Amino acid sequence: MTRLNTFAELEQWRTQAAAARAQNEKCVTVCGGTGCRAYGSEKVWEAFRAEIAKQQANVKLNYQVKVTGCHGFCEKGPLVVIRPAQIFYTRVQVKDVPKIVSDTLIGGKVIERLLATDPQTNEHVVHEHDVPFYKHQSRLLLNMNGEIDPTRIEEYVALGGYGAFAKALSNMSGEQVIAQVKASKLRGRGGAGFPTGVKWETCRNQPGEVKYVVCNADEGDPGAYMDRSLIEGNPHRLIEGLAIGAYAIGAQEGYVYIRHEYPLAVKTLELAIKQAEECGLLGKNILGTKFNFTLHVQLGAGAFVCGEETALMASIEGRVGEPMPRPPFPAEKGLWGKPTNINNVKSWSSIPIIISQGADQFAKLGTENSKGTTIFSLVGKINNTGLVEVPMGVTLRHMVYDIGGGISQGKKFKALQTGGPSGGCIPESLLDLPLDYENLNAVGSMMGSGGMIVMDEETCMVNIAKYFLDFTKFESCGKCTACREGVRQMNTILERITQGEGEEGDIELLETMGAAIQDGALCALGRTAPNPVLSTIRYFRDEYTAHIQEQKCPAGVCKSLITFYIIAEKCNGCTLCARNCTEAAITGELHQLHVIDDAKCARCGVCREVCTHDAVGVR
Amino acid sequence: MGIELAQVDTIIDKHHADQRALISLLLDIQDQFYFLPQEALERVADKVGVPSVQVYQVARFYKAFSLKPRGKHLLTVCVGTACHVRGGERLVDQLSRVLAVAPGETTDDKLFTLQTVNCLGCCALGPVMVVDGTYYGKMSATKIDKVLSKYRNGEEVADDD
Repeated sequence: MTRLNTFAELEQWRTQAAAARAQNEKCVTVCGGTGCRAYGSEKVWEAFRAEIAKQQANVKLNYQVKVTGCHGFCEKGPLVVIRPAQIFYTRVQVKDVPKIVSDTLIGGKVIERLLATDPQTNEHVVHEHDVPFYKHQSRLLLNMNGEIDPTRIEEYVALGGYGAFAKALSNMSGEQVIAQVKASKLRGRGGAGFPTGVKWETCRNQPGEVKYVVCNADEGDPGAYMDRSLIEGNPHRLIEGLAIGAYAIGAQEGYVYIRHEYPLAVKTLELAIKQAEECGLLGKNILGTKFNFTLHVQLGAGAFVCGEETALMASIEGRVGEPMPRPPFPAEKGLWGKPTNINNVKSWSSIPIIISQGADQFAKLGTENSKGTTIFSLVGKINNTGLVEVPMGVTLRHMVYDIGGGISQGKKFKALQTGGPSGGCIPESLLDLPLDYENLNAVGSMMGSGGMIVMDEETCMVNIAKYFLDFTKFESCGKCTACREGVRQMNTILERITQGEGEEGDIELLETMGAAIQDGALCALGRTAPNPVLSTIRYFRDEYTAHIQEQKCPAGVCKSLITFYIIAEKCNGCTLCARNCTEAAITGELHQLHVIDDAKCARCGVCREVCTHDAVGVR
Repeated sequence: MGIELAQVDTIIDKHHADQRALISLLLDIQDQFYFLPQEALERVADKVGVPSVQVYQVARFYKAFSLKPRGKHLLTVCVGTACHVRGGERLVDQLSRVLAVAPGETTDDKLFTLQTVNCLGCCALGPVMVVDGTYYGKMSATKIDKVLSKYRNGEEVADDD
């Protein structure tokens, strides 16, 4: 790679890269995101390469195989798109590859059985953009995932990449960049929703030569994985956003703090930084200007609290990730005591879009107070699991039913959980709520970093509340008493309730303690920890009462309160349950009715899972 | 037990003995030895120039680190919310029962260490289990035996499903 020394050289490179891209428009793109890799997509693209090479001897094919980032429709992986025709194949296996090459690449025919199906009409859909899951989305940040090979910087450059950075460096002052970010009304996508431009301005106005920019990629909320996908699919846009921010704020050094649990994202980002350095887009005298900017990658080591900005900075400094009281805010005193600006992956990645399209264009999307798009990972008991990017303001119902395709296995919707361990559960009666920061806060949840977990009738809300408190109890750094002791006490009460030992007054006690922790904890982790309990009490009080007064778990989850039994009319005596019971609690001869010995039963639920006749009930 | 301190030195040098890289450095050491041996921690404190107590503090604080030797195969079960509502807890319970260890422990034959993780970000595959970096999606209690036997028999290759 040659080093670029002027803006003109970057433009020239873009023209060449775009021409090369146009020439190679015939390609087979295979999703290489973590999800599709887990389904075996690596073997699929190897098979494509081998098969195309083999056929090349007979026919001139001209198809390239391109490995892209996550397309978002993880439910149907491994995903393959044949370009330029945009034919979209799902669940592609190695054995399908020869047929795709012979029928589609050579013969130009579409293979029906590999297409996605519209759940409403039951018809096959040929093109990616017509699939209902994608049709209702507005992909601003995720647009290049699936289009480009993230390991090649020229692919990003060909599509206008680093153009916003060049625009800022050549035509705009730091103040002008900040004015654009403010005008776009972009708010922090890490969950708290603080106006990004205001944050930048505060940091810029601090005295001192040394300042830092930091990207928080410690995506710790269980159930959220869009930051990982953005880094895996389009790392250069994040780098470009950070570089623009550093220029605007007056920083010369930056850090990306990323979870070590995301090995592929780390590898992709490190490679992208190396390429940007080689091209002179990072480092000293960028594009021939006086601007210098170095970017480092710093790994997290599995501590949820490090998503909190003061704890994150402690961790970058190589210390234990304990939060500090604010003020002083990081913008005043951050890394090594210097002014530091921290934003989330999605916020940083939005910057090149705002600078190149203009703030007005960005602010056209969304609601009055929440602009632009947001990405949710729609997961749990939902038909179409995946990453969904929508303009702020769409309703939750639209998310769950139009995009998500409804609840899996025809079960009944119970709740939607957003905001991770800091958020809350939203009941069906509020599904028509338009999505934005204020609305979610008002109903006792929060935007969070974007996890949206769908729960059905078989999810126990008391168990879920306990699950989240187990999480925060474990992740509490232990520094302040309100979080360390308060969360533990609330957890103990919930434990009792789920074991059928709940007492009159427990619900009220949980409410009082929750409010006290919200007031008294040092950092956001502690202050928001009671939310899952308080929101489930608010909307699902009946379930708490059933556990306490009747010792019953209506969803059939809490082990101490349930009994498994065989439904006589449905059991055909196949012995499958008995063979899989590790406790030898099920007896019965072949073709005879089976019986579960309640005294021996460990309530693991394996019998219910394996039974092909729905003959195991729970009460 | 003795370890090759030269290997530790190589890792320390790779990170320029920089205190800022302490966490990355310890992660690399753990990749090498599968846990953090005491001699390695002492060496890091020495060469990086931070007090041993700080190295231990960091090693104890972050969940990714283990100060105890681990088994030959590492079983990581995702207990993120999406996996939880799809039966992740049941999977952990069943593994605990089958292997007779609690999460965080190693089997007597030193073959498996069971651990949980908060989210691996592949929620579409939930419940997910990872064995030495190989992902097993849509896991159920009944698939456990099949997966474990592969590792018991020394074949470490995953099949397609």
